[in-house]
Amino acid sequence: MKNKQRMLAAALAMVMAAMPLAGCSKGGGGADTIKIGGLAPLTGNVSVYGIATNNGAQLAVEAANAKGGVLGKKIQYVYYDEKGDATEAVNAYNKLVQNDEVVGLVGDVTSVPCIAVAQESAKDGLPMITATGTASSITTAGENVFRACFTDPYQGQVMSEYSAKKLGAKTAAILYNMADDYSSGVAEAFEKESKAAGITVVEKQAYQNNDVDFKSQLQTIKGKNPDILFLPVYYQDVALISVQAKQLGIKATLMGVDGWDGVLEKIDKSNVSAVDGAYFCSQYSAESEDPAVQQFIKDYKAKYKAEPNMFAVLGYDAMNIMLESIKNAGSTDSEKVVDAMKGIKFKGLTGDITFDKDRNPVKSAAITTIHDGSYKFVEYFKK
Amino acid sequence: MDFLSQIVNGLGIGSIYALVALGYSMVYGIVQLINFAHGDIIMVGAYVTYLILVVGGAPLWAAVVASILFCALAGVLIERLAYRRLLSQNAPRISLLITAIGVSIFLENLFQLLFTSSAKSMPNLFPGPPVSLGGLQVGRVTAITLVTSITLMLLLQLLVSRSKIGKAMRATSEDTGAAKLMGISTEMVVAFTFAVGSGLAAVGAVLYCGAYPLINPYMGNLLGLKAFVAAVLGGIGSIPGAMFGGFLIGVAESLTKAAGGSQITDAVVFGILILVLLCRPSGLFGSNVREKV
Repeated sequence: MKNKQRMLAAALAMVMAAMPLAGCSKGGGGADTIKIGGLAPLTGNVSVYGIATNNGAQLAVEAANAKGGVLGKKIQYVYYDEKGDATEAVNAYNKLVQNDEVVGLVGDVTSVPCIAVAQESAKDGLPMITATGTASSITTAGENVFRACFTDPYQGQVMSEYSAKKLGAKTAAILYNMADDYSSGVAEAFEKESKAAGITVVEKQAYQNNDVDFKSQLQTIKGKNPDILFLPVYYQDVALISVQAKQLGIKATLMGVDGWDGVLEKIDKSNVSAVDGAYFCSQYSAESEDPAVQQFIKDYKAKYKAEPNMFAVLGYDAMNIMLESIKNAGSTDSEKVVDAMKGIKFKGLTGDITFDKDRNPVKSAAITTIHDGSYKFVEYFKK
Repeated sequence: MDFLSQIVNGLGIGSIYALVALGYSMVYGIVQLINFAHGDIIMVGAYVTYLILVVGGAPLWAAVVASILFCALAGVLIERLAYRRLLSQNAPRISLLITAIGVSIFLENLFQLLFTSSAKSMPNLFPGPPVSLGGLQVGRVTAITLVTSITLMLLLQLLVSRSKIGKAMRATSEDTGAAKLMGISTEMVVAFTFAVGSGLAAVGAVLYCGAYPLINPYMGNLLGLKAFVAAVLGGIGSIPGAMFGGFLIGVAESLTKAAGGSQITDAVVFGILILVLLCRPSGLFGSNVREKV
């Protein structure tokens, strides 16, 4: 009896001694592949964004592998569906780090799970880049967290500068959705930047979710006769607001941000003159003449039988930023990759990117205008 | 001038509420039923207009006529299938109410199945520059909305007060039993009321689409609710009441938003309703009918 107990105790002790060693292995996976982790909502109510971003990232991995991979090794992309839920995202993240031993993370997609994962990854120091999370608190979670898309306030600043510098505007009015953080955030940034840019904001009006009638607010705005009417709102509201603005005879130039994407699908051809001559900024433009963009669109359509959107493009760029950082670092060591990413000068589908001290990208926005019922890419503009 | 413009805009949206409120009022007057599905008839009207105009490519007047006919038919059908049995068997009012809500949900989900919940865009129904009324610039859509609604309301008032069927409607609403004894086919009258109410809602839908060219299966919800508030405000069962209630709500909304209170617009509208009902429980034009036991 005593012997058996002794043996059991010894065996347990050995197992316990071995445990910390098991968790010790630094990422790297197999000797001949580099594992990059991915997190995205592939099911759930933001699955449209998740699927597109993930597709873009996968396309980037395939393209890189076709060119021989990075540091002589092939890339293996391991991704999990976090169903749009923060808890699932953290669980999946832990799986990626402990089971799959990834060296970097491209994800998450929407801000809330992103923030949760960022806080976890900050403890591990794992290089993490989100393609599409726009909340400012994501990158402040740690020195290892980067972002490929610009933040919402940045868009407000860009449009303000653009109005002043390129359109020569002197006065502006804002109509925003006060129930939406995105809209309020962009509106605030626009207002603040306008002071520096030399534009006077003559009127700031708001509306609520599900409002369809904006005549009261537009009437007040019309009375102040601004050069610019800034609408930091989503495309459906733009469709309604622009038609009513036209009905009231407002002559100001309409300006918007990336929520405008898709507005022409919600406006009938007979009403499309309501948005003629408007400008909005976006993370990229499908009409850009950059051959890399056109090639990406072709490849994406061929593989996924759908048009790529802003999320797909950002996923592609985010993955490439990760891969290039690993190449520049010359290793998959987390600290080295993070340092390489901090100093990177990357040329992607969404423009030339460098990172600022908060690891947010300093890059140009694609300014698009609408003319004769179709989108026309104008230029890349940096604040 | 600006203030006047705000009032005119308010009257514009108010007239749409009024048209829809008429349907609520008439049906309540006849069968004491608050037809919650009425708001969704607007949605039906909008989609029919969309189908005929955009998918079919027909001219506007054809789409409007088709919409009115289809909605009237839908109204009669709903009455026949959902309400008639309950009405003839003198079911408790609560059953009718629940059925009405059921019909409303059914319609919304049916159209979501048919057309998906993505909003569809309507073409410019009333193209043209704003209309000038002595220095005051009124949007063309608002002008057309006002003129159409007021004309229709006057016609309805004429119908109810001067025509034979109108007399039958008034008789049925006063005392259904006595009307039957007088040889009035109350079932026909009820069907006719639903038809007219729904037809008016169809016109309301077209005018609504003229001003707000995006339709989705849930558009009838808020619009129907506001129109219902308008009907109650004006005195449910009273036609002039519904008209006045609609205009009042529209103007109140417009002025509140103009004063910078977009956040509290709905609160103001419903606040007015509460105030009015506190002072006059039967609404502004409603008659306080006492039940003599």
